[in-house]
Amino acid sequence: MTPILQTRALAQDYVTGRRLFGTPATLRAVDGVDLSLREGEILGIVGESGSGKSTLGRMLLGLEVPAEGTVRWQGKPMPAPRTAAWRRLRAQMQLIFQDPLAALDRTMTIAAQIGEPLEIHGLDRGHEAERVAELMARVGLRRDQAQHYPHELSGGQRQRVVIARALASRPRFLVCDEPVSALDVSIQAQVVNLLRDLQEREKLTMVFISHDLKVVRNICDRVAVMYLGRIVEEAPSDRIFADPRHPYTQALVSSVPKPGQGLDGRIILTGEPPNPARRPSGCAFHPRCPRAVPTCATTVPVLEPQGRRSAACLRLHAWEAV
Amino acid sequence: MSFVSIRDLRVSFSGVQVLHGIDLEISKGEALGLVGESGCGKSVTWLAALGLLPGKATVSGSVMLEGTELIGTPRRRIEAVRGARIAMIFQDPSSSLNPVQRVGRQICESLALHRGLRGGVARAEAIRLLDLVGIPSAATRMNLYPHEFSGGQCQRIMIAMALAGEPDLLIADEPTTALDATIQAQILDLLGRLRRQTGMAMVFISHDLGAVSAVCDRAAVMYAGRIVEQGEIGPLFRTPRHPYTRGLFDALPDLDADRRRLVPIEGTVPDPKALPGGCAFAPRCTRASALCHSDRPGLKPQAGGGRLACFHPVPLPQRAEVYA
Ligand SMILES: Nc1ncnc2c1ncn2[C@@H]1O[C@H](COP(=O)(O)OP(=O)(O)OP(=O)(O)O)[C@@H](O)[C@H]1O
Ligand SMILES: Nc1ncnc2c1ncn2[C@@H]1O[C@H](COP(=O)(O)OP(=O)(O)OP(=O)(O)O)[C@@H](O)[C@H]1O
Ligand SMILES: [Mg+2]
Ligand SMILES: [Mg+2]
Repeated sequence: MTPILQTRALAQDYVTGRRLFGTPATLRAVDGVDLSLREGEILGIVGESGSGKSTLGRMLLGLEVPAEGTVRWQGKPMPAPRTAAWRRLRAQMQLIFQDPLAALDRTMTIAAQIGEPLEIHGLDRGHEAERVAELMARVGLRRDQAQHYPHELSGGQRQRVVIARALASRPRFLVCDEPVSALDVSIQAQVVNLLRDLQEREKLTMVFISHDLKVVRNICDRVAVMYLGRIVEEAPSDRIFADPRHPYTQALVSSVPKPGQGLDGRIILTGEPPNPARRPSGCAFHPRCPRAVPTCATTVPVLEPQGRRSAACLRLHAWEAV
Repeated sequence: MSFVSIRDLRVSFSGVQVLHGIDLEISKGEALGLVGESGCGKSVTWLAALGLLPGKATVSGSVMLEGTELIGTPRRRIEAVRGARIAMIFQDPSSSLNPVQRVGRQICESLALHRGLRGGVARAEAIRLLDLVGIPSAATRMNLYPHEFSGGQCQRIMIAMALAGEPDLLIADEPTTALDATIQAQILDLLGRLRRQTGMAMVFISHDLGAVSAVCDRAAVMYAGRIVEQGEIGPLFRTPRHPYTRGLFDALPDLDADRRRLVPIEGTVPDPKALPGGCAFAPRCTRASALCHSDRPGLKPQAGGGRLACFHPVPLPQRAEVYA
């Protein structure tokens, strides 16, 4: 099946101030990412803070122009920002991010905010109100809440408003950037269930960015692990958590505290979280890697496919053999 | 005897009561977890106990530190009694490190205040503490400002500052929430190691049940300003009895299990200005009866140890069919 979304060697640079004599210093936030998503699939993206997850998400949506590489949506290249074709695409692709209060206007009722994209894209003319009511029902908001303001809702309800608004333009693709991180577990479960229903009922394609591996495990079909701008491992969700291959993924998975289990047997990484402005040579993970050997400091590993999964590590076979 | 003993602690802000009588005991060397949804009063409990709430807060009840009452004592006197014996790591790290002062200097000030160390001795001790919390090349990084460290490092610097006074009790309020999973693991590991090395007691405030079970001996579950269940980690996590505690576990996705629908706790936490009569959890509780809406269950000691405030607790599992 042809992918609905595909990237090739996607990269992004940011300017981070100026060096001596005025040459701008740049930082490579995303570096050579190849991804492909099938329709109706949920791809999880996990990885250390600053590894480029949000940057990648913005490029997938065409909100940022990549420094290198391409994004193809339904087989066609992403149109240039602010062209008519790009604006049409905005209706099909939506971003949901962490803080629902920041995403909402405090001075507008929730019905008005959910209806706003209809106005922007000129959709459902003449029956906007029915459409808003339908969207509210779909995300589990009560009719009587239509005239409420954001501060009158709970965190989970606010995130539902954000989701309802994102769904108004009938998108085919959602990037959810830490959509449940700010929510209590009890409320988080409501939102996770809602996103899953959307996938199952409407075959929405999603990229789900999160620090919470338990939620990722629960919602995603496939997971890509990022480290300093690169994908270091990618595998079906059930495989990657049961049998992580890359040493960083192994540390990440083992770091999740499980109720009823002590601290024993966890891989504790030493060293500092990575800084893209000072990318280590060779494999970027080698200074913190418990399995690193001298060649890891000099050779950059590539993503090596193995059946339905892939990992980028020079030592993959070395310890699989023992 | 308990090291700290809290009795019937109540707090209101401008007439709105947010803590409704908290009882807690901490023994020397013990690690107690405090869990519950946002706004249930976890932070306020300890801010009140240590006299750190703003003036508009009304506090009543008793907080004894090895036999000395802290509530009602003027703040300056509290500080003299408490001294360095109890240290707190605050929920918001940016609020407790001074952004315009070098971190080494901040730690040295803490050492001067609590242990009277100065000059080279203080400096050596500060380096030792930064080393202990895993800041690499501590000696050269003493002169850096907080913004020159990562979030996880700032968190560890705060732990180092809290440890400067060699406290008997460390109160860590959400010490890992804002951090990456791998850094979180480092901090939890560090806290566990420090406890083994120094024998200090710890209160670990967190909404992460996994983290609590990893570092604590005992936990208390709070809901709307009250403790609703309390017990040893083992039984509490294997067989939660309060429907709210059980609900928190059921809502949690599992890293090892296949995709399944999560079970949320329906509804939302009540507004402290308009608490329901009876049990505050009753409107969200699937086990509630008419009694729960009219009467409030007290926190009662249980046969198998622990305490519980519920008229209709989750039944204990039959034989070996234990909640996993
Ligand atoms: N607009 C920008 N200008 C300059 N640097 C940026 C910009 N956006 C991101 N960066 C840098 O690019 C890198 C990747 O950032 P990004 O936000 O994509 O990471 P992330 O994986 O989403 O992290 P987090 O988990 O903390 O959200 C970081 O080093 C960040 O500081
Ligand atoms: N300074 C204050 N003034 C007024 N109300 C306050 C103040 N501090 C806390 N509260 C209220 O007291 C209640 C308990 O707050 P507390 O900060 O203890 O919650 P918490 O359990 O620590 O939540 P979280 O998990 O979000 O940190 C809340 O209703 C909160 O709004
Ligand atoms: Mg991000
Ligand atoms: Mg708090």
